[in-house]
Amino acid sequence: MRETLRIGAGAGFSGDRLEPAAVLAERGRIQYLVLECLGERTVALAQLRKRNDPARGYDPLLERRIELLLPLLRRHGVRLITNMGAANPIAAADAIIAIARTQKTPIRVAVVTGDDVLAKIEPSELTLETQAPIAKYGELVSANAYLGAAALLPALQSGADIVITGRVADPSLFVAPMVHEYGWQLDDVDRLARGTSIGHLLECAGQLCGGYFAEPGRKDVPDMAHLGFPYADVDADGGATLGKVERTGGCITLATAKEQLLYEVTDPFGYVTPDVVADFSTVTMREAGPDRIDVRGATGKARPAKLKVSVGYLAGYVGEGEISYGGANALARARLAGDIVRERLDKAFTDLRIDLIGSTSLHGKSFDPTEQPYEVRLRVAARAPTPESASLIGEEVEALYTNGPAGGGGTRKYVHEQVGIVSTLIERERVPTKVTLREWSRDAQAA
Amino acid sequence: MPKLHELAHCRAGDKGDTSILSLIAYRAEDYPLLAERVTADAVRKHLRGIVLGEVRRYELPALWALQFVCDRSLHGGVTTSLALDAHGKSLSYALLEMSV
Repeated sequence: MRETLRIGAGAGFSGDRLEPAAVLAERGRIQYLVLECLGERTVALAQLRKRNDPARGYDPLLERRIELLLPLLRRHGVRLITNMGAANPIAAADAIIAIARTQKTPIRVAVVTGDDVLAKIEPSELTLETQAPIAKYGELVSANAYLGAAALLPALQSGADIVITGRVADPSLFVAPMVHEYGWQLDDVDRLARGTSIGHLLECAGQLCGGYFAEPGRKDVPDMAHLGFPYADVDADGGATLGKVERTGGCITLATAKEQLLYEVTDPFGYVTPDVVADFSTVTMREAGPDRIDVRGATGKARPAKLKVSVGYLAGYVGEGEISYGGANALARARLAGDIVRERLDKAFTDLRIDLIGSTSLHGKSFDPTEQPYEVRLRVAARAPTPESASLIGEEVEALYTNGPAGGGGTRKYVHEQVGIVSTLIERERVPTKVTLREWSRDAQAA
Repeated sequence: MPKLHELAHCRAGDKGDTSILSLIAYRAEDYPLLAERVTADAVRKHLRGIVLGEVRRYELPALWALQFVCDRSLHGGVTTSLALDAHGKSLSYALLEMSV
């Protein structure tokens, strides 16, 4: 058994920067690299791409990330775990094999499937958000159960260099190699809870290292243009020391670690994953050196009986238009512009939203009402059933050039399709998972 | 009266229509003041117009932190909201505007 296990976090969302993962693989002395690339809506959007082309539906950056990482993984003996399979993990594995062939790099890829439960859920099932039936929301495009670490274990046992999945609970991507390497029992709730706390700290990558944290003068973070991504040295009991690669930007401090531990946690006394219900209130953190934080002490209770399912549905279109005003009376001119658009559109669009960017768009009001912004950007947005009707919003805002207040400039207009997400639960027995192997070797090429 | 911004830092997260705001003291000695003054009710009043639902507060003295879970705060939910900042990422700094 290993004495310590080092797991790196090489991506915190689908669009994340590419190079920090390469730095971790090359200089981080890590055994596992995890790329977490699947947001709440990402699977639904991927499912729409798969509808148009059955060979797509995996992460759009998969090829670029794998082309960059494959030689480094091989050279440094790093295993990769990623949910970049999105709506089509098998096609993702085929894409990886194609890259391996081009690079002449022998590779074994294990694909974990079973999360896609669209064919299994009933439209009459109630959502956790509103207790209304799923059918009421609109045409369903995706339904994916959050798999846990257990689903990844056979893939890791297969000896695969790369494990690719669809929907898996983010911390479970990190807990799986801990369970695999240390042989934890799946009812060892305290070890699973500690591992989950570490996985949760790592899952947003740069957010542990000063990303989404910095404030000049108060929360200074060095060299953010080269922000390094984190790793954890995990011990056999699930305690860990966080760190990052030398000569990368950013910092790991008690403050960055605490912010990330509590990030998106709706109950710090009962953080629910498919593996365990973890209590983070018992976590203790200690500085162990520069950019090194010890994290221990999470405790656990038995995992939930059912799995959460994220359901994506088509929610129509949104049209937007923007125009800016600057100088004397900018706020009054922007307000007048908003009033004009409202009068022209609010019969056709009942939920018209009018924002004054630079003044009240973020918090609905200013906590300092005496402040007069030098420049203000008007933003108008509304939902519409078709792209054609959604485009009316931007057109009306653009027309303010010659029909609105003085000095309006810099108009932009947008139309995009909306995919909504609601959740429900499913019995574990109804979500069997499967591992499929894909391989490329020099022998295979010879044959 | 100091603003929370001088005593503590905050990160905003989201789940559906719920905004989750941490409040972490820079110094251990300021945690009792936060625990006393920054009640769930005080946060709900401060964020009136933004938070339309219930506010639950969790106390985490080992981390010098409070966690506020604010229901009905994201215009019906991140994925279908018309708001500019649909995730409410910027709400951390709305909380830090509060005076204690």
